[in-house]
Amino acid sequence: MSDLLDRLPYALFLGLKTASEGQTLTVTMPFDQKLIGNPVLPALHGGSTAALLELTAVAQVATLYPRLQLPRPINVTVAYLRSGRPVDVHARARISKAGRRVAHVLAEAWQDDEAQPIAALTAHFLMAEDDH
Amino acid sequence: MQSPILDILPQLAAGAAHTHALGFSYDSLDGDRVRIRVPWREDLVGDPDTGVLSGGLVTTLLDHVGGLAVWVALGKFEAIATLDLRVDYMRAAEARRDLIAEARCYHLSRSVAFVQAWAFEDSPDDPVAAAQSAYMLSSMRSRGLGSNLKSRPETGR
Repeated sequence: MSDLLDRLPYALFLGLKTASEGQTLTVTMPFDQKLIGNPVLPALHGGSTAALLELTAVAQVATLYPRLQLPRPINVTVAYLRSGRPVDVHARARISKAGRRVAHVLAEAWQDDEAQPIAALTAHFLMAEDDH
Repeated sequence: MQSPILDILPQLAAGAAHTHALGFSYDSLDGDRVRIRVPWREDLVGDPDTGVLSGGLVTTLLDHVGGLAVWVALGKFEAIATLDLRVDYMRAAEARRDLIAEARCYHLSRSVAFVQAWAFEDSPDDPVAAAQSAYMLSSMRSRGLGSNLKSRPETGR
């Protein structure tokens, strides 16, 4: 399932590339001019970073729970920690708890230094297809 | 007096490279409620089996319309930055349909603006998603016009 993002049109629009190490995915959003939200700084649009985080979480849940096919978020919270410079962004997600009905997922996005994240995501995903 | 922000809302809605690439456009302003829209497009889809727009796109739309609501509340454009954004997904968007987002800045403090926003096809009463967000206002603000004058009394002015 680590190739999930290669099949989603919006992930392709953002140019997302998935690398996997065991069951853990690292998703990269290569810099592109069309990701710029603030031309003055310049800085990436926060929405593009949020979408990267959300899609990384979706792909990570799909990798660990293939029966879900396309995991559905119930809600996502994104905190913007630093402005995104016009370079590549990387993201990784981990499932902090997978219950019977709901999973809690944390993800972070960084540029050059993983210890200096530019944004963090907290999300809940639906684990039962017939729920919601 | 008409707010100077009105004339530049279309530019603020779609003027940056990212919002332009996504096809965002300004829709309307009603009191403090501002609306933008994103036309349905094949390459913005999140689920190729259903043709529904991506959740990540909805997040971007809600983040962006929230910024517009802050500028409307301020009555002017200044540098702001999203602090955080929570999006609840109530239901899947309808396939092959445009999405509209409406936002309202319901509280402005000296340094933070608090916003609620909704994404929907027809009415905010039947939302696809809802957002609660906070935006940091420019740090220049406290050194702006009004506060400048207030800090002067000790100089005798």
